[in-house]
Amino acid sequence: MKRLLSFALLSTLWVTELATAADNTSRSMNWSAISMFLLFVMLTLGITRWAALRTRTTSDFYTAGGGLSGMQNGLAIAGDMISAASFLGITAMMFMSGYDGLLYSLGVLAGWPIILFLIAERLRNLGKYTFADVVSYRLEQTPVRITSAFGTLTVALLYLVAQMVGAGKLIELLFGIDYLYAVMLVGVLMVLYVTFGGMLATTWVQIIKAVMLLSGTSFMAFMVLKHFGFSTETMFAAASQIHAKGTAIMAPGGLLSNPIDAISLGVGMMFGTAGLPHILMRFFTVRDAKQARKSVFYATGFIGFFYLLLIVIGFGAITMVGSEPMFRDAQGAIVGGGNMIAVHLAQAVGGSLFLGFISAVAFATILAVVAGLALSGASAVSHDLYACVMCKGEASETAQMLVSRAATLVIGILAVGLGLLFESQNIAFLSGLVLAIAASVNFPVLFLSMFWKGLTTRGAVAGSLAGLVSAVALVILSPTVWVKVLGFDSAVFPYSNPALFSVGLAFFCAWWFSVTDRSTRAEHERGRFIAQFVRSMTGIGATGANHH
Amino acid sequence: MTDQPLYPILAHPDFVLLVRRKQRLYWSLTAVVLLVYYGFVLLVAYAPGALGRSLSGGVTSVGMLVGVLIMLLVIGLTGFYVYRANHLIDPLNDTLKQEFEP
Repeated sequence: MKRLLSFALLSTLWVTELATAADNTSRSMNWSAISMFLLFVMLTLGITRWAALRTRTTSDFYTAGGGLSGMQNGLAIAGDMISAASFLGITAMMFMSGYDGLLYSLGVLAGWPIILFLIAERLRNLGKYTFADVVSYRLEQTPVRITSAFGTLTVALLYLVAQMVGAGKLIELLFGIDYLYAVMLVGVLMVLYVTFGGMLATTWVQIIKAVMLLSGTSFMAFMVLKHFGFSTETMFAAASQIHAKGTAIMAPGGLLSNPIDAISLGVGMMFGTAGLPHILMRFFTVRDAKQARKSVFYATGFIGFFYLLLIVIGFGAITMVGSEPMFRDAQGAIVGGGNMIAVHLAQAVGGSLFLGFISAVAFATILAVVAGLALSGASAVSHDLYACVMCKGEASETAQMLVSRAATLVIGILAVGLGLLFESQNIAFLSGLVLAIAASVNFPVLFLSMFWKGLTTRGAVAGSLAGLVSAVALVILSPTVWVKVLGFDSAVFPYSNPALFSVGLAFFCAWWFSVTDRSTRAEHERGRFIAQFVRSMTGIGATGANHH
Repeated sequence: MTDQPLYPILAHPDFVLLVRRKQRLYWSLTAVVLLVYYGFVLLVAYAPGALGRSLSGGVTSVGMLVGVLIMLLVIGLTGFYVYRANHLIDPLNDTLKQEFEP
């Protein structure tokens, strides 16, 4: 059972920014961190103002005019992936159990080549603003867009709630600000970035943060290596001498010991990433398929580099934080909980000024990620639901902009409200659920719409719904919720991660309801595949950049 | 949707070649990634001891090396894909675009 719970914790790291750091040992106000964070906020608000002047059309709002370079988009994508959860969470995992932290990084990273090989270019060639453009390319607009928008909104909102709760607790710890104010501050800044600056501001906030986080972690890794005379062997040796588990930290430690659960988690991480709406949306911000391709290459490079640094940071922290009495409280536990390891290491290698920098970066990271999420949710409402379903593509630019801004505001209010509501709830299951839903609701249908001629509207809707229902149901019946939250003795569904089953079911339902669809509509939809195929392969007819 | 003018492209030798090269490239690379990653996951599940063995007498384990190698492989494969796509596929695509783009 313990193993399964730690397993759930693993998937938790993905989204929940440290909901586990729940002990309320609020620190005193950390002024160097606060002033550096204020600098970041002022800079990003300046960028938002600059972006607001350039955000006139819906294309500007959704895709920054579609004119970003592969490098810029790659940094932004990397920024979305190297969140506070991975920075603080993976470091904490390596500190606690060594090698198991590495397993998690690998799962995330291995999803990226798949996105590059199978998704990125086709998505850019076929779509305009949202991934629903691609799914509904040859299918009936209304039902497909409604289901896709529903999938996007579910993922974005659940993800936002998880982020908000984690963010509130982290900020409380790092800056000594009340949970209430922390959550409100995140909500207000998120709404400001998105409503005024659209995708342009959201992307630049993400790029700046990615550069800050990458330079901060590079410096930390360098200082750690310097401490050990630039020998990783010395570092690992020192770590296994100090760690209670000894040299066992250099081997897998039971986190993935059940093959079914291990594969299921792998499926969830790999295909969940390929189904996250705020990530998919970034492929429309570049000029063409070639730039989309380049952006994934840069993104994979940055993400991989970041995870390599985390190995050094995590194992270095075992010695440099673990053996340092100043980072432990009277009971010998780490001050502020396990998720503060990376922050303590920052202090150990760079003093209080660098500590302030890393704290500010952690805050900036949360802001940048929630802004992207809010934007993807708002686009689903204004582009998919309002412009394409309600107005049948006849909506005016002004009306669409108004709807997207109103949607951002509503999403912001919902996120803050739910964040406050769930403050003391156990929401660890949410994060596992988000990835499972993204993998089961969005990915199978998106994949089939691009690769399988036979997919029909009926199949697409059935596949999405089957994925959604089974992912939610299996998470509720799994040990994470059934035992840990609802308090039953044993789980109905024995595995912690439902992805293998829910993704499989989504694929099966999409297939079955397509092949049994004998309507004339289905016949037409299959007939339109060839034109879609030509466009997805060559990009002929794809929407280009918006030139001012 | 103006689909009609696209149909002659299907018989164009450059298009046929483009599709063949593209499909061979992305399916084979996808297979490599899936095999390596899920092979690794199964190794972790079934034979964690093998990964925990010392690499060369020291503390550094085989698993640590394998993990780092997989990370580098992933980055390398994306680089390889981009290189092949830029050099082998884009030129074909450009000619097709010139010929068929309205």
